Amino acid sequence: MPPFQGTLGTVELRIPSKAEWVAVARLAVAAVANRLNFSIEDIEDVKLAVAEACTNCIQHAEGSDQIQITCEAGSDGLTVRVRDFGRGTRPEGIQSRRMDEPRVGGLGVFLIRSLMDSVEYDVNPERGTNLVMTKKVAR
Amino acid sequence: MDIKVNVRETKGDTYVVDLNGEIDVYTSPKVKDAIGELIDKGHYNLVINLEKVRYIDSTGLGVLIGGLKRVREHGGSVNLVCTNPQIKKIFDITGLVKIFGIYDDEDAAMKALV
Repeated sequence: MPPFQGTLGTVELRIPSKAEWVAVARLAVAAVANRLNFSIEDIEDVKLAVAEACTNCIQHAEGSDQIQITCEAGSDGLTVRVRDFGRGTRPEGIQSRRMDEPRVGGLGVFLIRSLMDSVEYDVNPERGTNLVMTKKVAR
Repeated sequence: MDIKVNVRETKGDTYVVDLNGEIDVYTSPKVKDAIGELIDKGHYNLVINLEKVRYIDSTGLGVLIGGLKRVREHGGSVNLVCTNPQIKKIFDITGLVKIFGIYDDEDAAMKALV
């Protein structure tokens, strides 16, 4: 996944892997997205995708007490990396579920994949899980 | 970031749960507790008013789905009040528009329960 053209800057944030910190991550990334030419709707999409990614880290990454969020702002889009430092996410943590049966849980990855333009997971038991997702600025 | 929850009894043993704020992994347990408490007391027809909810994530959706499944086991239902386009979009993307009744105002949501 190549970076977007015309890199404007990189913003890094590290939060405790706890539910009460997810709002800080989503608001910080929304502020970065707001610096680009995203529509309000696209900013809301990015905000929710980042929150879902952080929630997944909290719920599924074993042994990780931190979440690192990196935003790479380009003139034509935003790349967000969400990384935990656990022993690898359990498979159910990154599977998008079938939507034909209403049930509790499993919606997060489906939403991330629906709201962002590209989504890639790198799951490594030694390094943790690294999610890279991008959103292009609509022209 | 917080969620305010207010429960109101209305006619015909229907209860309205007013939510105000943001529903995420941190705040959704409070919503789950409020809905669970109503169901535990035998109230199975609920209107959940999302008019003042600015944000909802998958954990919030999960709480609503969990509540709906529980009341359906007793022949009840959950209707939602929501006009926020971003939140409606999330219900649309996830297909939850097909399982919840989503209405523009409380009166319509109440009438549809009867």
